[in-house]
Amino acid sequence: MAEKKFNALPGFGLTMGFTIFYLSAIALIPIAGLFLKTLEISLTDFWRLATTDRALAAYELTFGASLVAALANALFGTVLAWVLVRYEFPGKRFIDALVDFPFALPTAVAGLTLANLFADNGWLGQWLVPLGIKGAFTPLGVIIALTFVGMPFAVRTLQPVLENLEREVEEAAATLGASRVRTFFSIIAPTLLPTIITGFALAFARAVGEYGSIVFISGNQPFKTEIAPYLIVMRLDEYDYTGAVALAVVLMVISFAMLYVINWLETWSSRFQN
Amino acid sequence: MSIELKNVTKKFGEVTAVNDVSFSVNEGELMALLGPSGGGKTTVLRMIAGLEMPTTGDVFIRGQRVNDLSVQERNIGFVFQNYALFKNMNAFKNIAFGLKIKKWKRPDVEARVMELLKLFDLEGLEKRYPHQLSGGQRQRVAIARALAPKPGVLLLDEPFGAVDAKIRQELREWLVTLHHELNVTTIFVTHDQEEAMEVSNRTVIFSRGNLEQIGTPREVYEQPANEFVARFIGVMIVLELHVSKGVARLNELEFPSHGLPDGERLRIGFRPYSVQISSDVKAYRYRAILRHTYFLGVMLRVELELPSGLLIRARMTKEEYAFQGLADGKDVSFQIRQYRVLAREGEKLAPEVAVTHDVPLTLGEGI
Repeated sequence: MAEKKFNALPGFGLTMGFTIFYLSAIALIPIAGLFLKTLEISLTDFWRLATTDRALAAYELTFGASLVAALANALFGTVLAWVLVRYEFPGKRFIDALVDFPFALPTAVAGLTLANLFADNGWLGQWLVPLGIKGAFTPLGVIIALTFVGMPFAVRTLQPVLENLEREVEEAAATLGASRVRTFFSIIAPTLLPTIITGFALAFARAVGEYGSIVFISGNQPFKTEIAPYLIVMRLDEYDYTGAVALAVVLMVISFAMLYVINWLETWSSRFQN
Repeated sequence: MSIELKNVTKKFGEVTAVNDVSFSVNEGELMALLGPSGGGKTTVLRMIAGLEMPTTGDVFIRGQRVNDLSVQERNIGFVFQNYALFKNMNAFKNIAFGLKIKKWKRPDVEARVMELLKLFDLEGLEKRYPHQLSGGQRQRVAIARALAPKPGVLLLDEPFGAVDAKIRQELREWLVTLHHELNVTTIFVTHDQEEAMEVSNRTVIFSRGNLEQIGTPREVYEQPANEFVARFIGVMIVLELHVSKGVARLNELEFPSHGLPDGERLRIGFRPYSVQISSDVKAYRYRAILRHTYFLGVMLRVELELPSGLLIRARMTKEEYAFQGLADGKDVSFQIRQYRVLAREGEKLAPEVAVTHDVPLTLGEGI
């Protein structure tokens, strides 16, 4: 008979039971329902509905733009977090507060504001459009909106890790002759990488599911600026539930696969930690 | 001469961390910077490394003024108190880091790292990441990393602070052996006087940013330059005496007035070993009752109570105790064989000793 393992923290059974119940109610049951719904149609029908040319274009835009936006956030979010943690400057607290802004702002408001800004006669659009940079009603607009909503994830995940970097580690590198640049790339960046990837994953997941801000800035033109979540809503409006579910399942499977890969990357890059 | 500081002062804003300090370290020496925390010793170490810039004064390494040289250019090895290992690199890469910066060839790097792994008893651990190493192993990796590029000077900040007592003792002996083998000029910071005495060739004692004394362990113990050093190094029993009728007194205890007029005060100090005790009550000048014996190992601590109620805590060896046939409650006689005049009234006193004691008074350790 297996010996009961002693655990200093009580309540494993209770908390684990609650976790499974909670996850089931919140996530697993709805997801299972979604998959069950697809059983109403044949596999060929499902495939046909999920892979129309219009749907393929929508997937491409959703995942492509989300990736670009998440990459932009991983890069510039890192710079932003670095500046906020490492330096003292006037207005620091204000900028720090501003980072959370996309969390709080209703996404529809964000979409409307961005659309207005980048429109041909908008504040930014009037200067950018003559240069050939069209922000409103283009895939670029989709990327801009997705970057906006994902930004806090990248910054807020990285900030605590940056704050905990030991000053002595950098000094140790300096005593061994390493320049600041070398220290950054050999020691600081590899230490931060797992967290940057986490921030990237969060921003990416957020972007794939984003709907509110995109519908206003993209224009929703089929084959051009129509995102997959919008297409799902269209199908629902047409009472084509099976069509909507087919799209949703594809969206979900791809998202899960990508998040799984990102998660693996994160584990790999943090192999030197506990 | 390997390292020299000339009139070095360091201020952090209003606070003077190091005040006009000058001393030099000889080539191949093993030097301790000793003092209570906040004494400025770590700041001195960091200024030698180039991690802090002196506010005024000069730092020389092998005759070259290095004030304007960056940390990277000083060719020093620095071991941080918390080791500051690179978490994203295994032990091998940590040690090799400085060599790669200096653009050593790959076979040379490997040979050097392997040599150090062997010297530091770390063979087989080269692929481990810092979190997979014990405290002692991490420290050895940190020292190996600092020594790898063959620095002219090795600087260690509280090297034994973060390990438990048993390992600390091993590490002390190991550091002495290592220094003996490599003969690299080494400076380490410690707040533990025993550690400084045991490990170093010479000790520099700091308090509140001032250099109090520099000397061999024996010199600072036997000839402390001032009251601070006397009380910081080893245990010293301090008496405050009043001069009357040409004699300095505290209850029954009498000492020469050292030329001070009546009414003045005189402070003297003596080591607990300087108290000679005999079971023959006529052997020495003062009478007392042996109140209690504390067992400390090789040494014993005995508490003597004088007729006036004054308590003195002295130390003696077990053999001496047995030879004298001492026991708790016995009447004894004693004398103070050796003492030092610490300060005369009106002279500058270390603030921690500027308190007057009222009788009855307990003297010695633990008061």
